[in-house]
Amino acid sequence: MALLDYFLHKKDKPVTTASKAKERLQIIVAHERNNRKVQPDYLPDLTKDILAVLRKYIQVSDESLSINLDNKGGELNVLELNIELHDEQHPQT
Amino acid sequence: MARIIVVTSGKGGVGKTTSSAAIGIGLALKGHKVVLIDFDIGLRNLDLIMGCERRVVYDFVNVIKGEATLNQALIKDKRVSTLSILPASQTRDKDALDKESVGKVLTELGETYDYIICDSPAGIEAGAMMALYYADEAIVTTNPEVSSVRDSDRILGMLASRSRRAELNLEPIKEHLLLTRYSPKRVTEGEMLSVEDVEDILSIPLLGVIPESQAVLKASNAGEPVILDKESDAGQAYQDVVNRLLGDSVDFRFLVAEKKGIFSRMFGG
Ligand SMILES: Nc1ncnc2c1ncn2[C@@H]1O[C@H](COP(=O)(O)OP(=O)(O)O)[C@@H](O)[C@H]1O
Ligand SMILES: [Mg+2]
Repeated sequence: MALLDYFLHKKDKPVTTASKAKERLQIIVAHERNNRKVQPDYLPDLTKDILAVLRKYIQVSDESLSINLDNKGGELNVLELNIELHDEQHPQT
Repeated sequence: MARIIVVTSGKGGVGKTTSSAAIGIGLALKGHKVVLIDFDIGLRNLDLIMGCERRVVYDFVNVIKGEATLNQALIKDKRVSTLSILPASQTRDKDALDKESVGKVLTELGETYDYIICDSPAGIEAGAMMALYYADEAIVTTNPEVSSVRDSDRILGMLASRSRRAELNLEPIKEHLLLTRYSPKRVTEGEMLSVEDVEDILSIPLLGVIPESQAVLKASNAGEPVILDKESDAGQAYQDVVNRLLGDSVDFRFLVAEKKGIFSRMFGG
């Protein structure tokens, strides 16, 4: 019933400029908070190297790659790597 | 021990000075000893909003440089005897303050006053950092608008990393969200971020919501902080903020658009 839900949802909750603003803010604020976290010193070099590898295959801007080390509590650390791809940069064909 | 409260925002023109003036005089009217400090070196304005601009002789920088004593520079408010204002310098540049001297001035003020309210300049540079460095609490003044919310979040980052409390690993600065220039009607119409939206994004406790109000301009024209206009929506909203700062739990007001009466609806008021 996804399609029906979609229309029902649309009807009582139109996409307003305010909801667009909220969505954009949530993304940018999460991103900037991540960048503020104390990160290991090898991260800038790692980022540079990974960008170089990626660029052998696809076009990516510096901003489209984000890497952070996240402490998930206790001993568990997760290295998160996020690569944003834009359609113009890698056509599907 | 004095409570040092910084009124900060990152973005300029969101209502820091308006809020500092209203909250400062509001706390003083409750019988507390309050000093308001203008940290906006080079762009002093708090004196104007407080209506004491003609009485400025010495300023904050004169005190820092040892050219005047604190008592010479402090201006006693004419309306409330427990309130004083320490004006910013109009001529010096914003790097005229240094941490050590500011710390000394705050310590000295702390011997006399219960509340030290620091009106921060805009930005995230030296001036704004100086205003927040010694704070125990921060009133993060935010407009329901994308760039203001983003800047407020950056300031939250600074409070957590660049303040004295952060550097010394003390209990963190207590953060308060003050949403100003709020227009419930535009929120209903989906044109403006709602209180809940901003709370969701910044996730700090809400201290108050000040509606967009014509009373604010009237108040600054007259040099009478808007909280003294007891009939006005903004004045009442600031009074609620003061009561909350003092620990009362007060319901939030002015969050929904005023329903138009039948006459104004009929005649398009
Ligand atoms: N609640 C409000 N309603 C209407 N105008 C406001 C309100 N709060 C502030 N303003 C106006 O916004 C402008 C900037 O306010 P100000 O307190 O000087 O901001 P800041 O100190 O953050 O730069 C002023 O013209 C002021 O009158
Ligand atoms: Mg100001």
